[in-house]
Amino acid sequence: MMKWVLSMAWRDSRGSRRRMVLFVGSMVLGVAALVAINSFGANLRQAIDEQAKALLGADMSLESSAPFPDSVEVMIRDIGGDQSRRTSFSSMARFPRMDGVRLSTIRAQDGVYPWYGEVETDPPAAADDWVARGQALVDQTLVNQFELVPGDSVYVGGNGYTIAGTLLQTPRESAASGLFSPRVYVPLAGLDSTLLSFGSMADYEVYFRFTDGRDVEALADSLRPQLRPARIGVDSVIEERDNWDENLTNLYRFLSLVGFVALLLGSLGVASAVHVYISQRIETVATLRCFGATAGATLAVYAVQALGMGLVGAAGGALVGIGIQLAVPLVLADALPVDVSFALAPGAILLGAGIGVGVTVLFALLPLLAVRRISPLRAIRSQVDQDAGERADWMTWGIRALVVLGVVVFSIIQAPSVGFGLAYAAAIAVVFGALALLARLLIWMVRRLRQRTLPYVVRQGLANLQRPNNQTLLLTLALGLGTFLIGTMLVTERTLLDQVDLSGRAGSANLVFFDIQSDQVDGVREALVEAQVPVVDQVPIVTMRIESVKGRSVRSIREDSTRQGPRWPFTREYRSSYRDYLTDSETLVEGALTDSASLSDGAFPISVEQDLAADLDVSLGDTIVWNVQGMMMPTVIGSIREVDWRRVQTNFFFVFPRGVLEGAPQFVVILARSPDEAAAGRAQSAVARRYANVSAIDVSLVLTVFDAIFSRIAFVIRFMALFSVLTGFIVLFGAVVISRIQRIAETVLLKTLGASQAQVMRIMLVEYIALGVLASLTGLGLALASGWALARFVFQAPLSTGGPGLLLITVGVVSLVVLIGLVSSRGVYRRSALDVLREEG
Amino acid sequence: MPPVLEVAGLSKSYRSGGRPLEVLKQVTFTLNDGDTCAIVGPSGSGKTTLLGLAAGLDAPSTGSVRLCGEDIGPATEDERARIRNQFVGFVFQSFRLIPTLTALENVRVPADLRGDDEAARRASDLLTEVGLGERQDHYPSQLSGGEQQRVALARAFINRPRILFADEPTGNLDTETGERVADLLFELNRTAGTTLVLVTHDLELARRTGRVIRLRSGAVQEDTRGAA
Repeated sequence: MMKWVLSMAWRDSRGSRRRMVLFVGSMVLGVAALVAINSFGANLRQAIDEQAKALLGADMSLESSAPFPDSVEVMIRDIGGDQSRRTSFSSMARFPRMDGVRLSTIRAQDGVYPWYGEVETDPPAAADDWVARGQALVDQTLVNQFELVPGDSVYVGGNGYTIAGTLLQTPRESAASGLFSPRVYVPLAGLDSTLLSFGSMADYEVYFRFTDGRDVEALADSLRPQLRPARIGVDSVIEERDNWDENLTNLYRFLSLVGFVALLLGSLGVASAVHVYISQRIETVATLRCFGATAGATLAVYAVQALGMGLVGAAGGALVGIGIQLAVPLVLADALPVDVSFALAPGAILLGAGIGVGVTVLFALLPLLAVRRISPLRAIRSQVDQDAGERADWMTWGIRALVVLGVVVFSIIQAPSVGFGLAYAAAIAVVFGALALLARLLIWMVRRLRQRTLPYVVRQGLANLQRPNNQTLLLTLALGLGTFLIGTMLVTERTLLDQVDLSGRAGSANLVFFDIQSDQVDGVREALVEAQVPVVDQVPIVTMRIESVKGRSVRSIREDSTRQGPRWPFTREYRSSYRDYLTDSETLVEGALTDSASLSDGAFPISVEQDLAADLDVSLGDTIVWNVQGMMMPTVIGSIREVDWRRVQTNFFFVFPRGVLEGAPQFVVILARSPDEAAAGRAQSAVARRYANVSAIDVSLVLTVFDAIFSRIAFVIRFMALFSVLTGFIVLFGAVVISRIQRIAETVLLKTLGASQAQVMRIMLVEYIALGVLASLTGLGLALASGWALARFVFQAPLSTGGPGLLLITVGVVSLVVLIGLVSSRGVYRRSALDVLREEG
Repeated sequence: MPPVLEVAGLSKSYRSGGRPLEVLKQVTFTLNDGDTCAIVGPSGSGKTTLLGLAAGLDAPSTGSVRLCGEDIGPATEDERARIRNQFVGFVFQSFRLIPTLTALENVRVPADLRGDDEAARRASDLLTEVGLGERQDHYPSQLSGGEQQRVALARAFINRPRILFADEPTGNLDTETGERVADLLFELNRTAGTTLVLVTHDLELARRTGRVIRLRSGAVQEDTRGAA
């Protein structure tokens, strides 16, 4: 029987093979996305393995947020090997030729590091000896912003450096590292020491290279417990590699999940196409049944065809995927710390192709199961009562269960965690379900609409959406999903940008100067007055750590393995302020703010932010003992505040009353409001010239930076979403071609009854416009819903609809649907009635 | 040797508009090897329903059908398929050739289903016998209506069926072609000794059979045996 099944499957496919290739065309891109991303993932892991040492640039590193204490310096000396130092901190970089300043990450290093991996610069020669020549390297962001060229100078603190070139790539960092805070590399020797004065935050690193063949991992393991109390981190090649591996694996896995949506969409296209295909095969199946073919054998004939389609689609998808694999490193270039070279990844190709075949066959089987219920009676009469056979049987339920199980298993395999995978599968179900529901609702509305008095052409065009074997729901779903993905991206992007934008405009401050020493406050205020930038607020800041909470030491809390919740609130350094009022961004939730207190009173009341209170598990009346730079200070929780962290304000977890912190070492933040960009530039330059250690944040620049970062993330997600969008259009193309026979019959009938070619074309136009509007409204409806949910629950911001962007998407989708619809129907509306009647005769 | 076809008290009803509609009522007849029988009657009289039930394409509401000694009433659809493949041949009004198969491939389908190694040779011989030896590799769309029905005749005989059911075999053909196809049908039937059940509106064609069963409103109105 198998021989017959195979030969029948092959013979029966004659004349339909082109159409079948079109069926599978819709899943090619989905497979391609999986193959490309997973192959890239394999390439990436290999690159990380091969270039593990280049990731750290050394064999081992120690890192601390404070200068290494003497005891650790002794330890470092004893460790031996080749050593290199680097100190990183935030400071204003000043570019005199353009009279520009920008808060930057300054990396001061001695020029020995890195030993492994390469520092890439433009021009390439700049990477050599820039430290020895006392020059600087700057990030591409700065080069672009200030139109810098080699030979320009940059001032960091009081010291000026000639710019040797642009830094393109260096160990431990990806190009995207410089996006938020651009980097400036300067020699460690001769660094302006005032930059690292009290209040400045800096990272101190020492790198090691060992040539004596010692076991570096064992060394790192032995150092960690010794250095942990001093809050010094120890990093080795393997740890660095594992960190990158985990982060990048999560990245490409996330992308493959986005790509999987395209595959699911394509599979729905296959299922729908198979449904139409089978409806055109009913008589053949009935005839075979008459001559003795069993239900199983006829099902097998078409299942073999589906398998063949799946194999062809998977092979095509794998080939396209390999092509796209070449493009992935370009898309992700900024996020990669290593050079990823192209290599075929057989495992990834087989996995992608296998998933493609599996999904195609499963989705095709759903409509194929109907073959078993085609009665042989259909060979002698066209109307057969088959109501009893329409009910889903165990096999139908089994296939449905396999489809669900397949999606869940794939999601779990591909997602970074089981929980994420399950959530993803659930999200897919919700999105597909909501799209289907919305699409049905819109189709119902269109049906109601056509009953009204409308011109014939419009009524007929709308009626076509309801024709037997119509694929309106599928197409609305397929095109709607693409629109939904793009729409959600747009709405979310606008929501976030509006947030930052509004903060800058509506808030009182748009310039923040920080790290100001007490004796520099008057000078900064003076400089601002000169630059005609009014000061809005001046806030003192004192650094401190928690010693104990509710009488229990931080050490014992940290070592308590049974404790739930985060540990960082107990171990971090807090920057707190003191005042007797609430700011605009604060609301009192419990208790009352204490105006002033005295150290002689013993434990005094302080105010805590409500989320942190939950993390620390403290409530009104609970005690916290603080270590304020060596001095123990007992406090009680006197009030709990809600803080709107998005406002450009100096917001604090803890606010102390007046009268207790004034004597502690402190620094000051000044908030100012500049009327325009030029004044902001003048004010920053003036302050930077006077006080090298004072840094400034320009809120409008934050918006630009945020925009740049979001654009890059959006680009990557859009790249993956593109697969779904294109798949949607392929499904549309396929659906139109598959229903060609039916369309020709309709056209001929209309022409026979007297319709002109123009009328037939206008009917089609109405149908495709209606389809495009249905699809885009379905997608945009859900995009607004998901955008609102993201805005409300994730970003806690009001929704921004994206304005003309959404309208543009609608116009784009409708235009493309009309274009593809009319192009793929070409010839249908030109057919003469007589030609077809002759063919049929 | 049991009769080739025994139909006893056969009834069939459907639900139409929520009410039962009896389309065949208590039909009983028997056919032996080599018998030829025409079922005639106006449209809607139950001819096609009777053919479908007698050939094992459908299950009766009441009554029984025994095909070559096997009771097909309680048989499953797959068991009926086996019985059809073993004992039954079909000729349809609209030929029902599979458009994607060549003439030769169409003819050999029933034999292939049986796993007959001689399928190709027998199909070729039969096509030659119906005068289409030169057109074996043509697809149905490349053949005229008469040629297509001749291919269908060849297909009907390839498994050497004991009984052949023909549903309006000349209904889609012009008079001249229809006569030639009918001649061929009876000739093949005679040569093979097959029992023939013919459903037709064409009384001329019906008269060429040995027995005519006339149906009216689902019941046998007249059962006459002729000289043929």
